[in-house]
Order: sequence, then structure tokens, then C-alpha cells
Amino acid sequence: MSQFCYINGAELVMDRRGALYWPDRKMLVVADLHFGKGAAFAAAGQLLPPYDTAATLSLLETLIAAYRPCQVVALGDSFHDEESAARLDSDSDARLRKMVEAVDWTWILGNHDPAIEAGLGGAVTEELVVGPLLFRHEASLGAAQAGEISGHFHPKACVRVRQRRLTQRCFVGDPMRLVLPAFGAFTGGLDVLDEAISSLFPKDFRVWLLGRQGVYPFPSRALQPIAPYYAL
Amino acid sequence: MATATASPSQPIPALPEPFQDWFAAQGWAVYRHQLSMVEAAQAGQSALLIAPTGAGKTLAGFLPSLLTLAEQPRTGLHTLYISPLKALAVDIERNLERPIREMGLKIEVETRTGDTPQAKRQRQRHKPPHMLLTTPESLALLLSYHDAAEIFQGLQCIVVDELHALANSKRGDLLALAMARLDALSPGLRRVGLSATVHDEDYLLRWLASGLDAPDTSVRKVRGDSGAKPEIEILDTAAHLPWSGHMAVHALAEVYERLKQAQTTLVFVNTRAQAEIVFQDLWRRNEDGLEIGLHHGSLAVEQRRKVEAAMARGALRAVVATSSLDLGVDWAAVDQVIQIGAPKGASRLLQRLGRANHRLDEPSRALLVPANRFEVLECQAALEAVRAGSLDGDPPRQGGLDVLCQHILGTACAGPFDADALYDEVCKAAPYTGLSRELFDKALGFVCDGGYALKSYDRFRRVAQAADGLYRMTNPRQIQRYRMNLGVIVEAPTLKVRLKGGRSLGEVEEYFVQGLRPGDTFIFGGELLVFLGIRELTVEAVRGKGGEPKVPAYVGGKLPLTTHLADRVRAMLETPADWGDLPPPVQEWLAQQRRRSVMPPEEGLLVETFPRGEREYLVAYCFEGRNAHQTLGMLLTKRMERAGLSPLGFVATDYVIAVWSLKPARDVDALFDEDMLGDDLEEWMAESSLLRRTFRNVAVIAGLIERRMPGQEKTGKQVTFSADLIYDVLRKHEPDHVLLQATRADAGGGLTDIRRLAQMLARVKGRIRHCRLDRVSPLAVPVLLEVGKEQVYGQALDELLDEGAQALIEEAMSDETVQGLLPI
Repeated sequence: MSQFCYINGAELVMDRRGALYWPDRKMLVVADLHFGKGAAFAAAGQLLPPYDTAATLSLLETLIAAYRPCQVVALGDSFHDEESAARLDSDSDARLRKMVEAVDWTWILGNHDPAIEAGLGGAVTEELVVGPLLFRHEASLGAAQAGEISGHFHPKACVRVRQRRLTQRCFVGDPMRLVLPAFGAFTGGLDVLDEAISSLFPKDFRVWLLGRQGVYPFPSRALQPIAPYYAL
Repeated sequence: MATATASPSQPIPALPEPFQDWFAAQGWAVYRHQLSMVEAAQAGQSALLIAPTGAGKTLAGFLPSLLTLAEQPRTGLHTLYISPLKALAVDIERNLERPIREMGLKIEVETRTGDTPQAKRQRQRHKPPHMLLTTPESLALLLSYHDAAEIFQGLQCIVVDELHALANSKRGDLLALAMARLDALSPGLRRVGLSATVHDEDYLLRWLASGLDAPDTSVRKVRGDSGAKPEIEILDTAAHLPWSGHMAVHALAEVYERLKQAQTTLVFVNTRAQAEIVFQDLWRRNEDGLEIGLHHGSLAVEQRRKVEAAMARGALRAVVATSSLDLGVDWAAVDQVIQIGAPKGASRLLQRLGRANHRLDEPSRALLVPANRFEVLECQAALEAVRAGSLDGDPPRQGGLDVLCQHILGTACAGPFDADALYDEVCKAAPYTGLSRELFDKALGFVCDGGYALKSYDRFRRVAQAADGLYRMTNPRQIQRYRMNLGVIVEAPTLKVRLKGGRSLGEVEEYFVQGLRPGDTFIFGGELLVFLGIRELTVEAVRGKGGEPKVPAYVGGKLPLTTHLADRVRAMLETPADWGDLPPPVQEWLAQQRRRSVMPPEEGLLVETFPRGEREYLVAYCFEGRNAHQTLGMLLTKRMERAGLSPLGFVATDYVIAVWSLKPARDVDALFDEDMLGDDLEEWMAESSLLRRTFRNVAVIAGLIERRMPGQEKTGKQVTFSADLIYDVLRKHEPDHVLLQATRADAGGGLTDIRRLAQMLARVKGRIRHCRLDRVSPLAVPVLLEVGKEQVYGQALDELLDEGAQALIEEAMSDETVQGLLPI
């Protein structure tokens, strides 16, 4: 079960795996892939498991096979750091190139990947405007630009249902802008109740929590602060 | 360290003159077991001393070293003393310093803990004192220095205090590994263990002897006199004995009267929230202005030290304390211990009783105050267990693989090592005697490059094997990282609590603070506080003036009932002849249960089912502790769902579990079949927060992820990565990774709850007594009162709940059903 939402008049589908699909344009949008995060930590001396990049690639391949998009937009922080692209093992590198070549691919630059090597394929840009929507890495401060779609914050939220606290990655938005959850396998999260996120929505906001079977909308007033253990 | 006053005039032939004179000047005699410890030392033997509190145990541990150092002055480290508590080390230093000074001995004694100033710690490394008093963590840190071999060469003796509290835990694993290392650095080192009375003495003996040349004969077991039997009494309250709840507020007026009658009382409770409430309540009654203090693990260290110091001076009449005072400094003045709430275990009760009257020749006096009816049974069972000298025993556990990883990394910090030699050394530590080479190599692999099957981290090795075959640290920054993350205690993150513009009161879990809104009130440190906000990792608050407080809901502090005590409660329930000692309301309650249903059998399992309102209830009297019951609840509801019974929820106490559903359970034998622990458990365990939390702790101890400082995740834009996601990815791609093995071992074996469930299901197979009733039974009332408790907020609802509770009790106790009057 997917959820629909309307941002600046565009009808969008939220997928439970953390991606956004725009049927009118056959466009798939993902945020914060953080390819090479495990290896980047390992290079710095913390030996996280090396399976994150392959896991993220597999999930992305599954989504592309399911939606068959013409266009894919990666909303920045696609690579965990500037050396991550060069550090990819040969198998991951080949899978990624194959995926990028097959569609109209756009890399939006983020704070983790301020530059992306042209040799990888795909277009590289700071911002992308398509019809009523504007794609960028981090939501602009102050008054929202109409139709802004962004990532960067890795939103998570917690609700209490039948005495159980459920903490999940989520989409967060209002009718004018939408922030996507992080797609990468090791990405942590920030509570949407944190000022950094909630202040983006001066009136009110909703969240759509990612479940196993579907995406579940909740009003902001239904949320609880995330306990630190779950935030870790 | 007080020693008995018995027969002061008796000469002490075994001791040299200055010692004899000093003992005589104190009016003390030497205990037989103290002399045995000296004899063991003179024979070059290691020794395990088992003696109750107040037997001069610590002096017995130090006496041989004092004698040797007095006779043969020398330089360098001679004796290392390990205590589970920093405060204990500090107190021992003070207590040793006096006899050394008064006898004019040239013996240096120093402590070394996290609180020791940097300069002093530096100096201790190149010029150590004769006796160094420290903790397992500080010892591990010392061993990670490149000059560890020089520091410890010539070490003659290691004394482990409160061995019973350390041995069967991860801290014990860390210490055992450190001791194996020490044995390699200074061969022939004598080991001395000091322990309270325990269930399994042989385990401690093996723990201590492990790795020694002749483990069967090299440790002498010395037993102290058992002293006077403790006098324990259960409060026979004049107030109405509650059906549920854990605060025992009904009895606090009587507790207050007892405080007035004694000189100094330790009031033990089980949780920090309980401590706050009992403390507040006692002060409300305190018309006589008794000096009553509060002591628990969340209070600021200075605050706790102040209370301890006041206690030592005899300036307090009572202290309300949690397990923060279970171990620790001896206070001779304490003449009464009051335990509020169920003791949860016979050994724990005995430990707490031992805090009163540190004199062997006088009995310690104790009062047990059960908070509800089931706790009366538990208190009675514990009292009988203590009288019979029968204690709880945890089965020995295997050493943690995560602790092993930490130890290997620490070894690498100290210098190059040979893997074969290290493996042999590790196997000498008691918890690791059966460790396979394969598992050791997996741990070593993890330390080197993460140990992943996908060999992509070759270039990022932390520790690498060089051409000479030795393993070396590749990067000095990793040494720093190891030291920052050392230790096996992983705490929930906490924030400091500070009065606005004033002093720091202590720490609360961040989780609790996040639930507070500015203006909310809560009780902390015995005061009602108003929450203002969080500023720079500190909770700002001002004193409040009333209103309903939110009491800190602390993580932890809920100990499950021990198996041993549970067995005793079951036996008591089945034997009406033993009920005579119970208070009349409890006798009446049990008699009603016998009339209306049956008593839970000692062997086997009673399961009652009955309708109530629109629902069907199933109550099982397992007595396996709350944690095990929680797991059982998950598994039962899953199975009931498959059977089409539509379960709606469950609630677990230490004694029973209740599940409610739309349809009644008929085939109870099938529901409780042993195979519940097969696929369902695997699936549930993999998804459960228990395993996730366990994995996080394992990952921190092993050095995969770093210890977080309080509030750290707030400083970045978002947390850097999620332990949960690492767990998921690892489980999917490498289910046999050493850290997942460690996690499963911890959750399945170490935490004992699953094992308890397995044992119970096997025990009751074919012996389940299913009682179909037309309404709730008397024994089921307490657990049903727990239903809904967690779901209700605010005062109006509380009143409703109270009415509901009253009706429920009448329904159970009366002979006529009044179903129509009951709220659902």
C-alpha cells in the first residue's frame, strides 16, 4: 500500500522503502544514499560492516525494476564523502554505472558530496526544476519555495500505539514542501520534532511513517519524542 | 574493617610484635581466618576467603602483605587490590593508612581510579606504591600501557574484594583476562579472593585457581565464622494490605515509627523511583525532625559522598537507598535494615542485611515490608531461605566474546603480541577455559579488520600481522580510541540536573527528560522540581510548590525474582500447613483461592481461564520473573493469534502472566508446548528490541561503535549511524559474524530469561492443570489490577480505576457474582 500526497499540485507516490515516485513524469526520487559510508568509517578507523553500499544498490535496483522510471533524481549526499566514489569496489561500481546509464539520471549535490566526478555518468547540478517542483538537497530556510522536494535531514518519528513506541524513518511535509527519508543502509536519523526540521513548517506538518507493508500518515500532534536508544 | 572485641587479652602468637601491640591497643583480637590467610601466604599459596560481612575480611586480605612488607622493606608494586567500587578503594586506603602510620611502617598505599589526577597517575606508572588499590577497568587501562611489564614486574599478590559480585559478570570477564595477563608478566603471583557467603563456592574457587600451575591444590579455601544469625521480621501491618503496587505507601507510617526506635537505619528499596517516593513520604511524616538522607545511582557523586560521609560520622538516623549501597563502605553504627518491597533473591537480601551491625557477635536486625500480597509470600520465602542458609545461584556463564575483543585490542595497545601465546593465555582465564581456537581467531579477526567475510578492508586494518609473525597496532590514534571506550558497563545516556543558578543535583536518563515540557514537575533528589528546559546538556529546574509530580521513570532497576526464591514461593503455596506465619488477610486470600479454584502446584503449572466483560482471560502462574514472562507473553499471543483466538493484550508480573482475547483458550497444553521456543522464538528474538539493545552493548564493548557521551547525538545535525541498521545489515549478510554470535550468547544464555522459560516449559510438560472458572479467581486479582495501569493518565481516570479495582476485589472474594456492577 503506497500513499499519495500532493505538493504544489503535483500528485506523488510515497513508497514504503523510502523513495518518492512522480507518475506524471515517470520520475523516481531518492535522498541521502550515502554510498561508501561503511568504508569511509573503516578508513577513519571504525570498522563498520562493508555491506551497506551493496544493500543500498540492491534496494535501488528493486525500485527501478518495480516503477520503471524514465528519470531518477538523487537528492544529494549520494556519496558519503569525496573519496567514496573512488573507493567503491569494482562490482558496486559496475552496478551503479549500469543503473545510471539506463535512465535520465540527475545527481543533486549535497554537503557530503560537493562535487561528483563527471565520469560516473548522469547530470550534476545544485538544483533541478521540473514543472511545479523544485529539487534540492537541503530545504531552504524561511518561507518555503513552492513545491520544494529535499532530503538532508534523515527524518524519523515516533508514535505510540497500544503501549508500544514505534520509531521509523518517515517523509515529513506540508502542502508546499516535502522532506524525504534517507535511503542509504547505515543512515541514522533526526527526530522530526527537532527544531532543525519542525521549524521548516511554521504552521504544521504531517509525517508518513515507513512500515513493512505500507506508509502510514500521522498528524504532528500524534508524535512523541524519540527515546535516545532508538535515535542511535 | 572493624575486628571483633572478643577476648582482647589473648596473646596473638603468630604476629610480630608491632602488630601484636597495635591489635592490643585497639582492643582487638585476630580472627582465626585472618591467621589462616597469613599461613596461606607464608606457604606461598593463593587463598579464597568466604566470610560474612563484619568478619574483618578486608584486613584478612591485606594482613599477609603488611607483614611481609614490614619485615622485608622493598620498592616497587607488591600488592594490587581490586574493588568493584571506587568508593570502596578510597575507604580502604583510609583504613589502611591508620595502622601503617601508628605502627610506623614504611608502606605506601595509593588508589588509582578515574578520579585520580593525571599527574599522580603518570607518577604511579614509573614509581608505583607498594599497594595499589584500583578497579577492574583501571587495571585494564594500566595493562594497555607500553610499560605495563615494568609496572607489574615484581608484583607479589592480587587481592580481589567482593569477588562474588564480580566473578559471574562481564566485569569479571575483564578482570579474569587481566589476571591471566598479570600472571604472564609476574609469574608466581599469589591470588587472594574475598567473598561473601555464596551458593556455589566451588565456582569461585575454580575462577580464582584458573590458569595456576596446580589449580586443584594451589588455592586454600578459608572460611570465616558465620557469626550470629540475623533476626528478620516481616512487618505485620495494621493498615489494609494492598493487592498490587510496589511503593508500600500503606506501611510507611509504621516504617517511620521503626526509624524512631533504632539508632541508625538503612532503608533499602528496589528502584530509584521508589526511593524518591519513600523518601518524600517519610519526610512528610517527620515531625521529630529525624535526619533522613537519600542515596541512589542518579544523584550527583558529591551528593552521594556527602550522605556517605554523614553516615560515617553517625550524623544520620536513616538513609533511603537503592542497590547503590548494596556494596560498599562499612558503617559500624547501622543497627537496623529495612527492606521495602520484595527482596527478589535470598542472596541479595543477605547482602543487604549484612549492612547492619558489622560485628560478628551481634545479630543484624532487619524488617521486611512487602508492598502487596504476593510480596508477602516472597518475603516469607526469602526469610525462610536466609534462615536455612540456602542461597541463590546463577549458573556460571561463558566469557563474553565482546570482552575478549576489547582485551585483544588492549593487548595490542601495550605492544606486539604473538597470537598463539595470547590464545594460551586467554584460555587460562576461568570464563574462557573452553574457548575454541576458531572463536578466538574470529575475535582476533574482528580486532584486526572487522572480521568480515567480504575482505574489502585489508587496507584499513587496526591491528596487522608483520613479517615477524607478531600482531601490531597500525595507528597510534587507535590507542586513544581504545582508552576512551574501555570498560564493559554501557549506560543509558543521561543529562545533568541543575537548579537554576545553583548546584548540580545528579543525572537523569535523557529519555525521561525528552518526555518533559517546560513547566512540568518531577521529583528528583527528594525535591519537587519544575522543568525549565535543557541548556548545554544540562536540565535546568527550579524548586516547585506542589501539583502532581512525574516521578523519574528510570531505565533498569527492576530485578527479576530468582529461580531459587520462586521455587520456595511455589512450595509454600502448595503447603497450607506453612501458611500459619502469614498475616491473616493473606491467609484468607489463599483460603479463598483454594475454595474458588486450586493452588498453583509446586511441580507443574496452573492455568486459569475465565470470562470477564466482553473478554476471555488466561492467567498462568509461572513464577519465572517479569522479564521471562514478557517474552512468554509475546510468544503466547503469537500462537493464540494463529489459533484464531484473537488475543488483545497481555500483562506480566514477577509471578504470573495474564493474556486477554476475544475467544477462550481451550487446548492449553498445545498453547504451552515446548516448541514455542523454536521457530517463533527465533523469529521473535531476531526482531526483538532485546537483541537490538544487546547488539548495541556488544558493539560498544567490542569496539565497533563508540561510547556516546551524554547528549552527543544532539550536537550534530543527526546521529551519524544507527546500531539498529548495522545489526540488520550484518544479520542479513553475515549471520555468523563474531559480534552476532556474542549477541545471541548474551541474549539467550547470559540474560537467563529465555533459559528460564525453556526450563519451565520442559518442567510443566504434561503437568499443566487447566482450571476453567466462571469469574476471576482471588490469586488472579493482582495481575488484573495491573491491566490498564500503564494506559491511564490523569486524576479522573485514577478514580475510575480505583473504583474498578475495588469492584474487582469484591467480585473475587464474594461468593455471589456481581458481574453486572463491574466496569470493564
